[in-house]
Amino acid sequence: MTQTLSLNDPIKASEINPKFRLELSKIDGSEKILQCFQCGTCTSDCPIAKFSESYRPRQLIRMAQLGLKERVLKSETLWLCASCFTCTDRCPQDIEVASIIRVLRNLAAEKGIFPTVIREQANSILESGYAYKIPLLREKKRVQLDLPTLPKNDPEKIRIILKKTGIQNLLEKWENNFGE
Amino acid sequence: MENKYLIFLGCAVPYRVASYEISSRKILQKLGIKLIEMPEFNCCGLPLDMISHESMLTLSARNLVIAEQAGLNIITLCPGCAGTLKKVNKVLKENRTLKDKINNNLKETGLNFKASVETKHITQFLIEDVGVKKIEETIINPLSSLKVAEHIGCHLLRPKHFIDFDDPEDPKVLKTLIEATGAECLDYMNETECCGAPSVGVNDKVALKLAHDKFKNVKIAGAQALITSCPFCHVMFDTNELRIERVFSEKYGIPVLHYPQLLGLAMGITPEELGFKDLRVDASKILTQVIQGVK
Repeated sequence: MTQTLSLNDPIKASEINPKFRLELSKIDGSEKILQCFQCGTCTSDCPIAKFSESYRPRQLIRMAQLGLKERVLKSETLWLCASCFTCTDRCPQDIEVASIIRVLRNLAAEKGIFPTVIREQANSILESGYAYKIPLLREKKRVQLDLPTLPKNDPEKIRIILKKTGIQNLLEKWENNFGE
Repeated sequence: MENKYLIFLGCAVPYRVASYEISSRKILQKLGIKLIEMPEFNCCGLPLDMISHESMLTLSARNLVIAEQAGLNIITLCPGCAGTLKKVNKVLKENRTLKDKINNNLKETGLNFKASVETKHITQFLIEDVGVKKIEETIINPLSSLKVAEHIGCHLLRPKHFIDFDDPEDPKVLKTLIEATGAECLDYMNETECCGAPSVGVNDKVALKLAHDKFKNVKIAGAQALITSCPFCHVMFDTNELRIERVFSEKYGIPVLHYPQLLGLAMGITPEELGFKDLRVDASKILTQVIQGVK
């Protein structure tokens, strides 16, 4: 993934966008971003932070508060959150930390930035309705195992409803950024 | 809605965790629960939440509408699906504007979401709707010689204000269900921590470190098997155990069982009927022990 400045490079005043936190405070999921007082409970209890050299939820929240929008949205680190929701459950300020990470990811995705593995799942959902394309062999094996056959899905209906949410646009932008 | 439920398989289970589906269907049948197949379903929406929250809400609502039309509550095998369907049902029920928006997305396909069905993961269903007493009555082969550890999985418990089940800081439900089989369930360090599965494909190194930490602590506790209730956690542990042993130069040899497999053994169902041959980590040692009653 393209990366301009790493999260740990020194911050320049010109990078700071004071409007970003206000923008975030109006989005469903990141409304409480201004309530974070940087106690660090999220990072100290994060199972990913324990084993990753770069993922620190407190840092991402602070950078988002400061308005280092480009740096946060282009960071690969943003995609390391496992969505275990430990931070959300333990935040003393009742901030849905994992939801703020989700909002930041959604904003990155609007620029066509997200990991290949999610692109594959999104494509699979558009093609088959399922996050993984279930091979014909598996379907045949179900019969041998005496499991009921999977119900027939109509992927066209999935494509219709997902057209309304703009998934196809995100995938097109991804292709422009990272495609062959 | 007496004893009849829709089974929501999700994507991971039919894709690669047949043993979980086989064993779950067997034990529910034994308990007299009638499962009805979803007439149609799609991904619960969770994977798309990362790039488009609205897509997650819409996909999830579509599944809920299909269940509403069937007039039946849902049982899922995957905690990710259960958490997503529960959360979306609650959020849309409480937020009229958002509900209208999602219904507008569904409109062209002739669907309308009403928020009239309940979703439960099989673990929650077993403890709340079947009850420990009834489960204990079906035990004919108590697994009293067995010492195991549990890994319940994050999405069955968190975030607490949406899931509202068990105690995420000190979960007891899976332990209680394990103990109903006669087996002893041991405590271990960092028991509630993530298995690492969500990081696979984003950063495999971190994912393996998380799973390795689990095996290390489970082994220290002296457990003979690790019991899961999530297809993703199961794949993370069972499929990767040999790789973890190689990468970290350790030997664990801890079989990873789906809870329904453990319960099924105690119910006297054969390992073949519970999909044991699909497990990657050899479970023959504990099978011999529990079937022959050897200590």
